[in-house]
Amino acid sequence: MFAYIVRRLFAVIVMLLVVTLVTFGIFFAIPKLTGSDPALLYVGKQADPETIEGIRQKLGLGDPVLVQFWHFVSGIVSGRDYSGGGTSVHCDVPCFGYSFRTEQDIWPVLKDRLPVTLSLAAGACVLWLLGGVITGVVSALKRGSLWDRAAMTVALAGVSLPIYFTGLLSLAVFSYGLGWLDGEYVDFAESPGEWFSGLVLPWITLAFLYAAMYARLTRATMLEILGEDYIRTARAKGLREPVVIGKHAMRSTMTPVLTILGMDLGALVGGAILTETTFNLPGLGQAAVKAIGDRDLPLILGVTLIAAAAVVLANLVVDLLYAVIDPRVRLS
Amino acid sequence: MTIPGQPSASPEPAAPLLKVEGLVKHFPITKGLLRRQSGAVQAVDGLTFDVRPGETLGVVGESGCGKSTMGRLITRLLEPTAGRIEFEGRDITHLGVAGMRPMRRDVQMIFQDPYSSLNPRHTVGTIVGAPFRLQGITPEGGVKKEVQRLLGLVGLNPEHYNRYPHEFSGGQRQRIGIARALALKPKLVVADEPVSALDVSIQAQVVNLLDDLQEELGLTYVIIAHDLSVIRHVSDRIAVMYLGKIVELADRSPLYTAPLHPYTRALLSAVPVPDPARRARRERILLKGDVPSPISPPSGCRFHTRCWKATEVCAREEPPLLTLRPGHAVACHHPEDGSDSGARGAVT
Amino acid sequence: MTTAPAPAPGQPPAAFLEVRDLRIHFPTDDGLVRSVDGLSFRLDKGRTLGIVGESGSGKSVTSLGIMGLHTVGQYGRRRARISGEIWLDGKELMSADPDEVRRLRGREMAMIFQDPLSAMHPYFTVGAQIVEAYRVHHDVDKKTARKRAVELLDRVGIPQPDRRADDYPHQFSGGMRQRAMIAMALVNNPELLIADEPTTALDVTVQAQILDLIRDLQQEFGSAVIIITHDLGVVAELADDILVMYGGRCVERGPAEQVFRRPQHPYTWGLLGSMPRIDREQTERLIPVKGSPPSLINVPPGCAFSPRCPYADVPADGITRSERPELAPVPGTDRHHAACHMTHEERARIWTEEIAPKL
Repeated sequence: MFAYIVRRLFAVIVMLLVVTLVTFGIFFAIPKLTGSDPALLYVGKQADPETIEGIRQKLGLGDPVLVQFWHFVSGIVSGRDYSGGGTSVHCDVPCFGYSFRTEQDIWPVLKDRLPVTLSLAAGACVLWLLGGVITGVVSALKRGSLWDRAAMTVALAGVSLPIYFTGLLSLAVFSYGLGWLDGEYVDFAESPGEWFSGLVLPWITLAFLYAAMYARLTRATMLEILGEDYIRTARAKGLREPVVIGKHAMRSTMTPVLTILGMDLGALVGGAILTETTFNLPGLGQAAVKAIGDRDLPLILGVTLIAAAAVVLANLVVDLLYAVIDPRVRLS
Repeated sequence: MTIPGQPSASPEPAAPLLKVEGLVKHFPITKGLLRRQSGAVQAVDGLTFDVRPGETLGVVGESGCGKSTMGRLITRLLEPTAGRIEFEGRDITHLGVAGMRPMRRDVQMIFQDPYSSLNPRHTVGTIVGAPFRLQGITPEGGVKKEVQRLLGLVGLNPEHYNRYPHEFSGGQRQRIGIARALALKPKLVVADEPVSALDVSIQAQVVNLLDDLQEELGLTYVIIAHDLSVIRHVSDRIAVMYLGKIVELADRSPLYTAPLHPYTRALLSAVPVPDPARRARRERILLKGDVPSPISPPSGCRFHTRCWKATEVCAREEPPLLTLRPGHAVACHHPEDGSDSGARGAVT
Repeated sequence: MTTAPAPAPGQPPAAFLEVRDLRIHFPTDDGLVRSVDGLSFRLDKGRTLGIVGESGSGKSVTSLGIMGLHTVGQYGRRRARISGEIWLDGKELMSADPDEVRRLRGREMAMIFQDPLSAMHPYFTVGAQIVEAYRVHHDVDKKTARKRAVELLDRVGIPQPDRRADDYPHQFSGGMRQRAMIAMALVNNPELLIADEPTTALDVTVQAQILDLIRDLQQEFGSAVIIITHDLGVVAELADDILVMYGGRCVERGPAEQVFRRPQHPYTWGLLGSMPRIDREQTERLIPVKGSPPSLINVPPGCAFSPRCPYADVPADGITRSERPELAPVPGTDRHHAACHMTHEERARIWTEEIAPKL
């Protein structure tokens, strides 16, 4: 098991480097492909020629891509000075770049917004796992019942309805209509209660979509597992039905659920952007939308890297959980 | 294994229909990102035998002995790693798909599972008639008439031409598989566990059918099975396989009455016999443990880890397949008849 | 099976296990599947009953019925219709509280399944699964239960049992897995052991080992054993009594010796004639049974075997196709019964003159 973890961690580091290189390469290539001046893109629209020339020097845009990449990566580890055109800007460790548009380091922006998105994602994830898996199991055990049919109908709706629709609907009903839960985002350290009430609606909105998918997946898997020979063996041993379901059947049912979870955590960024925009949460998604609007290339690069790192790390966690659940993964 | 210099035992032996020499199939096992080969499953490791026209060669052994791989090699569904396969004197060892096409008419295969080897979306007529289309042949009187004749031949109602496989029982599906194999009038039919998925009462129907067809059409069979009773019933000669090797190859009656290899003896003694009166007085050899892995087979004689007669020479040297009696070859240092090559120290 | 006269319905029997008129029917979209349709038998402790039949004869459904496994875990499925009586050690199980039956499962009656790879949970170690089976019925700590599990693994012939207990089922070979399965079934010293095709998935040399093990264990533990199989060879190895099932009913039952020496039912003849036999002179041809096993939804009227029976027209007036033959004692025998319309004399003549010489 230990060797497995070390191997996986090593793979994660390699993966992060590759992701950084690819992302950096894409952002380097964009100006080339569109035929526009990269310096212009980095600074935004209205800038005088001297500023642009200064930026070009500061960023070393004349250097080959690998040199630029090296400057970028070493900046993350040891900070970086942008100098040229007579002025100099220092970017602190870890330096994920400097936005000439807002004239600030990227990292502090990311650092401020990361907790919001993490709060949103983690809460929604817990909610949809609980809701989806429980609904799915109950539906499987009561197959064909009124509950099962109702739950599966709602789940079908959940899969089909887009987030901005369910989000706006819940805002209209609960927040504007009933006057509940209209709090803004408050940091957890400041007031856990307000943090919670501010996030309840976004959580539910984001979780609803995923819970619907997980309910369907769990139900189908559980029904299949219940037909397995080893479930019959468990009953033949004289185990109580709750143990048969809760221990023997659930353990096998969780395997495909985890697999899908690993993939979904990656796709979650998209859902988070929509949710943050709908509920006006100051998270990474919102920052990304704003950065795209402003054509703030360094910020877009930073957000993309953080998102990619989150996906890779989430997958690591899922893979480790997978190994805990299924000995055949661990031992082969 | 033809026996030279035995004119009194049999007339001049006919030229073999199929000749196999030193046949080897290793399936590589790869590991890691770079797909380095870390080992190989030695499924078939040096088989040499002949199949004579008109006879039935039975191949018997436990799981992992390589008998199914052997069947797929001689029908060239698999590419051999080494060795040589000759059909009617022609080398077919490395023929490609195009080169094999004419051969496919002469060599056909029947599979174990009558459920999965028939396309559920095709009618019986389409399934049995497929070989004609693939080979671009129009039989006399048309495909439909010929298919109906084939259905009648294997004991199915020719009027069921337009039915689908799921409308038939397991035994009938196996008959469909046999009709398909016989469509192009093959010379050699390789049957891999043709009856093991069937109920006992149905097994006998199919065994008898194979028997009748052989007589009627002059077929040559290689029948692969794990069931020693079935193999004894259908075969003229029998090859016993263990971990990719033939350990004994003999005519039916000497093999079953006086087996020379300890493994064959153990196998025969392990077969449960439907006679409760015999269970008290029969001598049974219980082998220890399971068949070892074909990834790292034991050194020397591969059976030595489970053999009660094994000596030091068995772990060291691989016994060659030697003809000890007319029509009876065995690969053992200490064969059951006492002609003990290991004890004499004379290992050829 | 015992010779004592049968007690009235509802009265406890003298036998350790008695099944009376067991019927297990499954409603499906295509109709009612009569998997078991009026099955009765008795079994004493220390004896082995072999139930023989082909696929769809109802033999496995019977075993699950005795274990009470058709009534638990049927989530949303149409309920099986079960009737009859099952007496185990003086208790009637069909009318008993389901939780009482659950407490008997695994303790007083245990089961070995056909394919030990799919019958064991892939995510738990072999040891953990045996420990669990023990702790359901015994209030002991994990350490004690583990000691017991290792002891059982050792008894069924698993080398280095203390180490192997921590392995997962996929790390065992086929034969070793079946041994582990047997250890799991025996961990609570059950008085009734049901083995459903215990060696069908195994190689012949391993099969011999497992049959040997089951025989030894029965002598050691003195339990009653039901062995369910399609292989007449396997029952001949183990069984004291034999029950032949066809189309959900018993067509013949009796002491193994008699059933093999003077089989009474044409279906039993058919089974014997279909098997190539390694212990006899080579026969030219096998004598197969024509046709295929019956559909359990539309069981043929009269004798279910009549459409496949070469002697269906021996009894007069086509009675074989209109009236179901009841299981009746064979004259001059001890406990041997058959369900056939032919007279005993007709059957004796056909067996000695037509069937036996060709086997």
